[in-house]
Amino acid sequence: MSLPSLMFGRLGARNLRRHCTAVPANVRRARFASTYNADVAGLTAEEAEFRDAVTEFAQREIAPRAQEIDHTNTFPTDVWEKMGDMGLLGVTVGSKYGGLQSGYFQHTLAMEALSAASGSVALSYGAHSNLCVNQIHRHGTDAQKEKYLPDLVSGKKVGALAMSEPGSGSDVVSMKLKADKIDGGWRLNGNKFWITNGPTASTLVVYAKTAPEKGSKGITAFIIEKSFKGFSTHQKLDKFGMRGSDTCELVFEDCEVPEENVLGKLNKGAGVLMSGLDLERLVLSGGPLGLMQSAFDYAVEYVHDRKQFGQPVGTFQLIQAKIADMYTKLNASRAYVYAVAKACDRGQISRRDCAGAILYSTEKAIEVAMDAQQCLGGNGYINEYPVGRILRDSRLYAVGAGTQEIRRMLIGREFNEAFKA
Amino acid sequence: MRPSAVRLLNILVPVKRAVDYAVKIRVNPQQTGIDLNVKHSMNPFDEIAVEEAVRLRERMKDAVKSIKVVTIGPAKSAETLRTALAMGADGGIHVEIPESAPAPEPLGVAKTLRAIVEREKEKANVDIVILGKQAIDDDMGQTGQMLAGLLNWPQATYASKVVIDEANRVAHVTREIDGGAEEVKCKLPVIITTDLRLNEPRYASLPNIMKAKKKPIEKLSPSDLGVDLTPILETLKVTEPPKRVGGGKVENVDELITKLKEAGIEAVKS
Repeated sequence: MSLPSLMFGRLGARNLRRHCTAVPANVRRARFASTYNADVAGLTAEEAEFRDAVTEFAQREIAPRAQEIDHTNTFPTDVWEKMGDMGLLGVTVGSKYGGLQSGYFQHTLAMEALSAASGSVALSYGAHSNLCVNQIHRHGTDAQKEKYLPDLVSGKKVGALAMSEPGSGSDVVSMKLKADKIDGGWRLNGNKFWITNGPTASTLVVYAKTAPEKGSKGITAFIIEKSFKGFSTHQKLDKFGMRGSDTCELVFEDCEVPEENVLGKLNKGAGVLMSGLDLERLVLSGGPLGLMQSAFDYAVEYVHDRKQFGQPVGTFQLIQAKIADMYTKLNASRAYVYAVAKACDRGQISRRDCAGAILYSTEKAIEVAMDAQQCLGGNGYINEYPVGRILRDSRLYAVGAGTQEIRRMLIGREFNEAFKA
Repeated sequence: MRPSAVRLLNILVPVKRAVDYAVKIRVNPQQTGIDLNVKHSMNPFDEIAVEEAVRLRERMKDAVKSIKVVTIGPAKSAETLRTALAMGADGGIHVEIPESAPAPEPLGVAKTLRAIVEREKEKANVDIVILGKQAIDDDMGQTGQMLAGLLNWPQATYASKVVIDEANRVAHVTREIDGGAEEVKCKLPVIITTDLRLNEPRYASLPNIMKAKKKPIEKLSPSDLGVDLTPILETLKVTEPPKRVGGGKVENVDELITKLKEAGIEAVKS
């Protein structure tokens, strides 16, 4: 980060807010504190302290690079160890493995703060720290945890999780990646698709069919190492948004996996997968919240700076309406997500609410990002302004970690079950 | 050969909880001050002071025995101490005042800090007091200087570089002054106030924040220290600065002089 030029010298800290980083002059930077309302969010002093610390890290280390990350479609690899040093990669992991031993609520707060800085970095962070790390932490043997967690928590190695395939998205249980028993382990053949962190991950949690004839009861989870014989990746996917959160296809060609890398019990992978999905949806719900906060903060400042017809455009009623709608959607989504996160930490993990949290916050995030872009008028259409990127990033959540349609189906089905005659 | 062993250094860093620099300031309707129902954080110049103390320890290793942070404020000020502890300070002192009490003034703060320095003498002498050059809420910029006066210690203000020679018990400080930089040499114990270019503070990592919870914070009241923090200044009115009015362009120097005279500005009689 560059220091202020001599002209700011001893003029006092009023100019401090402009000293932060070297940012192209033609890109407007948010100059004022976020409108995040910790009181309404119901944070305790400790939770606020946690959130403030992650926010400061995210704003200093990641936010200034967000535009470049999106533009070059490349994840900044030095950020992994920075996040590791910060303590972010093992929020829910036991201190034995270098983790913070904290809750899903804190993990969600961290996800939200990172997402406000860069949607792509946050998504890769979520895939690494929740999808991969948390699953190993919950289902791994002591040996597996000792072997894989320390490097993942420190950021020396990158993690990923793979369940989806070219032919199995929403119908994930129809997956075709086959695991055949061989002497000392398993031989995997098939593909996985849309895998976040796929290009760079060293440690991957992969679901495969060990007994295809048993359908959903024939899935097993494995821990795959990038160096295993027969494992390779196809080139990085060129995505609409979340550019910089590297995604690719995984290829297994007679990939040999040792027996000790089975994660959880043989053929009990569906349980590992589905319960993991609940927590994944919850923590990832922080993603849309961060995007909304960032879009709103940017738009609300812009509409007070931009003047037309002799007054700030934010004082016209139609813009006031947009501001009001963005603000209320953001806070309402946050209230639901936080409530579900806290319930999960109390041990009350509800499938329909985890799905509901991400269903709702995703929908609102896309709406808020769209409104924010509209608030910027013509400038919202120019890529030097961040709101277009935020909108593109928000769309991911409608199809990642399940589609909106599947989430709706899950919730409806739960009620159908409850009301069965 | 020195008759006595080189004494290890004890550093005291006063910190203040002030309105966050990124907040949009609003004058309150009564015009007695600003709206304080906003985000607060450690005064940025004090963050620089804490950072410098931690860096001194990183540079000088065991030569620095302790880094203590102190704050004067209501209960909420404890957060500021915790931030400093998370950055690397060893322990804290919280001089607690009621929430409703008026904000302490520089002279009151300096007297309190003097009392703390005297109090610390019982356990270990304070060698360096390093604090921000000013607080961004009142911009007074007096506390460091007043403290030096009260303690009769040397002071090096607006520091942009600090080097401590612990063997000779001397501080070499580069100060920012109009027109450039000035180097001063001060005997320890010394008061140093920090300027913007001294360093860039680290952010506290989550593991350090959690470790900081176990670090001790001593609670004191002003009366424990024999200090009266009653303000001696009375704020009459607080208003926003007048809106900037557009200027005008002049064609030449003669026109400039005419305009200055019209504005009532007279030439200095030589």
